[in-house]
Amino acid sequence: MLRLEPRPNSSALVEMLTPVVAVALTMLAGGILFAVLGKDPIVAIDTIFIAPLFDPFSRSELLIKATPLILIALGLSFGFRAGIWNIGAEGQYVMGGIAGSAVALAFWNVEGIWLLPLMALAGILGGALWAMIPAILKTRFNANEILVSLMLVYVATLFLSAMVSGPLRDPQGFNFPQSRLFHDSARLPLLLENSRVHVGVLVALLAVAVAQVLLTRHLFGFNVKLLGEAPRAAAFSGVSVKRMTVVCLALSGGLAGLAGLFEVAGPVGQLQLSLPVGYGFTAIIVAFLGRLSPIGILLAGLVMALTYIGGETAQFALGIPKAAISVFQGLFLFFLLAADLMTRYRIARIRREAR
Amino acid sequence: MKPLLAIDGVSKSYPGVKANADVRFNVDFGEIHALLGENGAGKSTLVKMIYGLVRPDEGTMRLAGDDYAPAGPVAARAQGVAMVFQHFSLFEALTVAENIALGMADPPPRRALSQQIREISTEYGLPLEPERLVGDLSVGTRQRVEIVRCLLQSPRLLIMDEPTSVLTPQEVEQLFGTLRKLRKEGVSILYISHKLDEIRQLCDHATILRGGRVVATCTPAQETARSIAGMMIGQDLAAPSQRSFQPGDVALSLRGLSLPSEGTFGVALRDISFDLRAGEILGIAGVAGNGQDELLLALSGERRVARGMIRLNGRAIGDRGPNTRRRAGLLAAPEERLGHAAAPAMSLWENAFLTGRVRLILAGGGFLRKAMIQGFTKRVVGDFDVRTPGIETRAGALSGGNLQKFVIGREVLQSPAVLVVNQPTWGVDARAAAQIRASLQDLASAGAGVIVISQDLDELMEISDAFSVLANGRLSPPRPALGLDIEAIGRMMGGAFDVEPAEAARASA
Repeated sequence: MLRLEPRPNSSALVEMLTPVVAVALTMLAGGILFAVLGKDPIVAIDTIFIAPLFDPFSRSELLIKATPLILIALGLSFGFRAGIWNIGAEGQYVMGGIAGSAVALAFWNVEGIWLLPLMALAGILGGALWAMIPAILKTRFNANEILVSLMLVYVATLFLSAMVSGPLRDPQGFNFPQSRLFHDSARLPLLLENSRVHVGVLVALLAVAVAQVLLTRHLFGFNVKLLGEAPRAAAFSGVSVKRMTVVCLALSGGLAGLAGLFEVAGPVGQLQLSLPVGYGFTAIIVAFLGRLSPIGILLAGLVMALTYIGGETAQFALGIPKAAISVFQGLFLFFLLAADLMTRYRIARIRREAR
Repeated sequence: MKPLLAIDGVSKSYPGVKANADVRFNVDFGEIHALLGENGAGKSTLVKMIYGLVRPDEGTMRLAGDDYAPAGPVAARAQGVAMVFQHFSLFEALTVAENIALGMADPPPRRALSQQIREISTEYGLPLEPERLVGDLSVGTRQRVEIVRCLLQSPRLLIMDEPTSVLTPQEVEQLFGTLRKLRKEGVSILYISHKLDEIRQLCDHATILRGGRVVATCTPAQETARSIAGMMIGQDLAAPSQRSFQPGDVALSLRGLSLPSEGTFGVALRDISFDLRAGEILGIAGVAGNGQDELLLALSGERRVARGMIRLNGRAIGDRGPNTRRRAGLLAAPEERLGHAAAPAMSLWENAFLTGRVRLILAGGGFLRKAMIQGFTKRVVGDFDVRTPGIETRAGALSGGNLQKFVIGREVLQSPAVLVVNQPTWGVDARAAAQIRASLQDLASAGAGVIVISQDLDELMEISDAFSVLANGRLSPPRPALGLDIEAIGRMMGGAFDVEPAEAARASA
């Protein structure tokens, strides 16, 4: 028989290294997976993890993919620290995208620099209000926020399909389930020539800095940590669990909504049925891979984006199935959690004790 | 004659600490042997080695002449060593018999076991009903369950860790009767306690530890409590100073405070009224689980009541949260140090900020004023003699006594108008306890009202100006502490004043 024993002393250095170990193990297991599929594992790993870093276009795409992941994961990390589990960021992302698109389409072909901020505000509000549903059900009726927020993802997706085939459909779009293409005032300005890198990338970086300050220097970050660490001490300190639940869900919903708006107003340029691609779920992995710390999330978001970009390349270059990317990301979380566990516990053999 | 247990040169080190160094002593057959020492003197490590929870680095132990090196508690029990811990490991939702069966290697059929429990418990004067739910039992009765659980294994050596800290004076007498009966039958008892008077009454020999070493042995009956305490802390205990109490205006007044119980095992507070004057120390006695925690939560603001039920300097604050109350000057220090009064994984300065923020304005515009927080933390650490490597140290890494000094110091240094403390010296060594008591007295002398909720009657008699008992959620009217004897208080605590049976209470609620 085997059992887990707490390790007497786990060092901060080891805890910092576990994500690196998890990345290495994921590459190893991924390599084995590709070998079984009949692909050269070295080439496959190189295509997914290494090659994109040396290609300018892939590098810029990396930033675009990482932006929503980082924004959503930052929002989620506060709630996760406090023990408030928003699993429905994907739905909030979709609702933010819809709300921002609705504003863009309402002012279609109206020029003005005020339009983008207004859309961003609508995106934030769309996501935050959607997250208020689990928040209110939690604080009023003690309904589990994990289930409610998760189920609302599917409601949001269906609402999106109703919108793009109904009120927000392109009138000249031959009944395709998508909106008009946004006009220039409703598109995010690009930062680099010949790429799709947009100002959202800067916003994500700014959000990382703000989150870092909030977490280390501000009362809000202190209360979040306190609530997660010792709920009774938090109550003693005067932290209201209900208020924190509402604030954390609003924060994560708002950032997810903003990420959704950036997606429609950035790379895509219109509201499409294919808006949800799983960023809201992947961001959960990013948040934990980044140790729930803003800087960690920045790095983790980039690594995770790499698997998206590299995975796409591997699809057409090597014929690796699309599902392999999801398997990859799953392996990532699996190895991260395993490495985490092994830093805090060790496996011991149970001796049969004499009776 | 050979001793039952011989400890010979036992040492144990943890990274950075030498918990035990070359400890030698013997426990004879049929003796009650006291193990004494301040917190961190190495008593618990030593006992854990005897009970097989920890292996010694060096040295040998012999049990009745044979080599004794238990691989674990199961092995220790098999050789006749049993232990009653300070914190019980009982499931509240199971019956007494079920709890006892859980701890046995192969329990007999339930009916036979119940019969056995009844026999053993009456034989040793510890009456127990095997079919009662543990959640319905008082703390004293729960301890009996633990003791009977040990006795069922017919132990040769029974280790008891601070057994009387949760008992009324009557229950203590009952327990001593049981222990003396066991001694007469040849069972040896290793008895750990802070209460020197008890040890003088009960124990045949005492071994005194300081800094992990045996520093003295004595026959307690021939010593005074003061001389034993001197051996423990290595210097003589300062005599408590007589405080002249000059009553000021009413600082805190409670009127008909009632609070429904939370959860199945909570206690409801019923119709509590009293006035606390500035400069007064009100001691509230009572056995744990009679509403102490609830009273603290109601006063700290973690649970709200009707606005008029609590008034601070005339201002009604019953419906206000902890921070409004702090701003107004009502501070509190809960009993549970880790997880309630302090967050174990957070640093000392973060824990200082935890309650000091509002009153000392340690945050500006929501941003932490790090320098001020650090200054405040250093003052707490310095003024209250908190032994810590630094203020970045996690609260959970401090010993119980040091953390308690920190928790009390953190509130005292905020100059409260009224301070409420629950079990301020629970599990704290003699010197730290004396420091804490002195600081509470100083605070009262400076004009604050102080409420001390404690199970330690000696402590309450030492520092209280007014005295009252909390039993079954009701508070007896405070009486001047002067002239009360411990016998009368014990009767009050045992429920001699106006205690309704639990059923009647539920029906009326």
